[in-house]
Amino acid sequence: MANLKQHNRRNFLKGTAIAGGGLVLGFNWAGCKGDPSLPLRVMKAIPTEWIDFNAFLKIGETGLVTIMSPNPEIGQNIKTSMPMIVAEELDVDFFDVVVEQAGLNTEWYTRQVAGGSQSIRKGWESLRKAGATARHMLVEAAAKRWNVDAKDLTTSKGIITNATGETLTYGELAKEASTIDVPENPTLKDPKDFKIIGKSQKNVDVEKIITGQPLFGIDTVKKGMVYGSVLRPPAFGSTLVGYDDTKAKAVNGVIDVIKFGEKVGVIASNTWAAMKGKKALVAEWKLGEKVEDTKYHNELLSSHLSKKAKEARRTDGDVDKALSGADEIFEKSYAAPFLPHNCLEPMNCYAEVTDKKAYVLGPIQTPEWQLSNLSEQLEMDKENITIELTRMGGGFGRRLYGDFVAEVAELSKLSKKPVQLLFTREDDMTAGTYRPASQYRFKVGLKDGKIDAYHLTEACFNGKMFGQMPSNFPCGAVENYRVDSHKLESNISTGAWRAPYANFLAYAEQAFFDELAAHLKKDPVTFRIEMLERAKNNPTGENLSYDPERLIGVIKLAAEKANWGQKEEGKYKGFCAYYSHNTYVAEVGHVSMKDGSPFVDKITCAVDCGIVVNPKAALNQIEGGIIDGIGHAMYGDFEFIEGASQFNNFHQYRLIKMPEAPEINVHFVESNIDPTGLGEPTLPPAGGAVANAMAAATGKRMYSQPFVKHFDVKG
Amino acid sequence: MPTYQLNINGEVKSVNADADTPILWILRDELNLVGTKYGCGIAQCGACTIHVDGTSMRSCSLPISSLESNQKITTIEGLDKNAKHPLQEAWIEHDVPQCGYCQAGQIMSAASLLKENNKPTDKDIDNAMQGNICRCGTYLRIKKAIKTASKNM
Repeated sequence: MANLKQHNRRNFLKGTAIAGGGLVLGFNWAGCKGDPSLPLRVMKAIPTEWIDFNAFLKIGETGLVTIMSPNPEIGQNIKTSMPMIVAEELDVDFFDVVVEQAGLNTEWYTRQVAGGSQSIRKGWESLRKAGATARHMLVEAAAKRWNVDAKDLTTSKGIITNATGETLTYGELAKEASTIDVPENPTLKDPKDFKIIGKSQKNVDVEKIITGQPLFGIDTVKKGMVYGSVLRPPAFGSTLVGYDDTKAKAVNGVIDVIKFGEKVGVIASNTWAAMKGKKALVAEWKLGEKVEDTKYHNELLSSHLSKKAKEARRTDGDVDKALSGADEIFEKSYAAPFLPHNCLEPMNCYAEVTDKKAYVLGPIQTPEWQLSNLSEQLEMDKENITIELTRMGGGFGRRLYGDFVAEVAELSKLSKKPVQLLFTREDDMTAGTYRPASQYRFKVGLKDGKIDAYHLTEACFNGKMFGQMPSNFPCGAVENYRVDSHKLESNISTGAWRAPYANFLAYAEQAFFDELAAHLKKDPVTFRIEMLERAKNNPTGENLSYDPERLIGVIKLAAEKANWGQKEEGKYKGFCAYYSHNTYVAEVGHVSMKDGSPFVDKITCAVDCGIVVNPKAALNQIEGGIIDGIGHAMYGDFEFIEGASQFNNFHQYRLIKMPEAPEINVHFVESNIDPTGLGEPTLPPAGGAVANAMAAATGKRMYSQPFVKHFDVKG
Repeated sequence: MPTYQLNINGEVKSVNADADTPILWILRDELNLVGTKYGCGIAQCGACTIHVDGTSMRSCSLPISSLESNQKITTIEGLDKNAKHPLQEAWIEHDVPQCGYCQAGQIMSAASLLKENNKPTDKDIDNAMQGNICRCGTYLRIKKAIKTASKNM
């Protein structure tokens, strides 16, 4: 998300006029349909001139406003919600706003990234300031024209009114306003005066989506473009010995076959020919010395759970001493497989690389990082490389990585042609950047019926829980606390997967707590609240990552809304609460038995994300996170044999489908705290809520995902 | 390369293509109708759903040679001339999409369902829609939107 950079005046106020004729992107059709009692509104005319106020917004003489959405849109809806924040402080009607996706512009924006559910949180202040700055300048311009004090003027819906009731529109004032000094600290609205934030605004791209207009990377068509498909090593750790491209070149439409590194690219006049050409390649591969399989992965991980790391991630008190003096040790371990992302739009990208310049257009979550990579790869100055962004058919972490950008740039460079590269689903699933397999062990020392020691050990491939995660709950609530991480090496390529680490750790921890509460004969909700009260009133250690009070808040809200404690024949509940990505979530899973297997009927969810910017879209993210979390906890499985993925398409890899998606009831904690993100935080607790409800229904505890392996679960 | 006559969204198009080329790639690469999406290539995800003579089909697994020139193909672009099919309006009302990639296929499957059964039960909807994957998990909204459209038809 884009923080507003400090611009010098010339830069900040480019003052350029951009012809309006080419403007076709992102029209907001708000109000056109739906409630028949509302008069049909006609959008303001497209202006002949746009006046730039800052990197985020420009205003035309007709009063139409363009707001740039700087961050990549992967389905988290920031292309709507970030401009809403700008429009709020500018004080215009969101109906009069056109949203445009900004390309990479490191001079104008910082953190043009979609990741970590941080766009809204980190953009909040600068987006508000961008709108408020322009509003201030418009009001000053009106004051000048009327020769009155700016303090006596009011704004609403893009209209400025003076004490005598005269009005001027933003459109009329835009040019004059652009010459006013840029205020350093413009006044921001009191949240109680918000008119756009907190009111649902529909997705600015929805009309294009439902009519099949080109929006996504895969939809790119450019003059002279050829289509690329790439054959990659079939196993991690294998290398290319040689290949025969005779049959590939005989495929109708195949233009060329190009080797680069350990890969062979086929370029063709259409996608089907490129795919067929790739299939027709006869390649010989050699397995390297190190090829891994799932059995090896699992054994290596579990062998580290009883070992201490060289250095603890966090230590409070003395865990060893407390464990040795404990009345009882309670210990459980949990295991997770590697997982592919499976964005429904497979990886793809367009590139046009010449000796002097490179142009890249595609579904890229990290444009600034890819600019650096491309500069190095192509040995080209950054200023000669342009990166533009398309809407993305899902991200889930996969498009943070630039392997497909590097590949298409190389293919374009070597073929000297503009190339659109597309992964087949098989490519996408077998050449992934997987969630690493991981295992967690929880070892608790009980003294006088209370937790006196808590020792968490993590074993994970190619990474370990990041940042403040070792200081998450129950840190602060236990006298003796220690977290150890083992980062083990694997040659399977791994990376972030929606809510990294938390996506599995939350289930493991919360399933452990559920079992521990049962062992101690305590109600799981009361058990958590007692521990959090301790962390709130008398915390062990300092610098907790979370606010115990806010976690208690969502736990109580979810418990109340789910009628926790009330029993119903044949219905079972499971509780889970987790803080991740700066947002607090509690979920109650509701399960019943269906044909002898547990079935998830409903999830009750409580969320504290501070101010809710766009309620309907926020609910969409929350529901999606829960369904994704249930789907992968239930069905997500993956296996490697001799370095090769054993699943390559959706007939083998089960994703959650409509009949398995439960009813979801969401409740927000009302708040005026600055907003935090929602793309990830509701996913982690879903697995725990389901596991604990299934344990209540069946008496069976699960220590690994996917759950489908533990039950004959029917869809 | 053989030439095929296709009736797409009410227009007759002439296309040169290899006989095994799936209709999906004819639509996308030859006719610039990119609303129909590629997701899996093996008829498992539903992103490529179109109608052939009103019945939903997976265009990724439908070779061009398998179609007769008098068969009528409808894509998301041709579902309604004014983009006002009750499903499209319901999709806006419920603000269904997240990433949006699967939604054209979802709407085409739903349109086929409503054509056969304009008052579907939850179970009917589940059965008709279970071949369409939404990786973002918008299933609940899709279901609500189908019910709204069913009421408005």
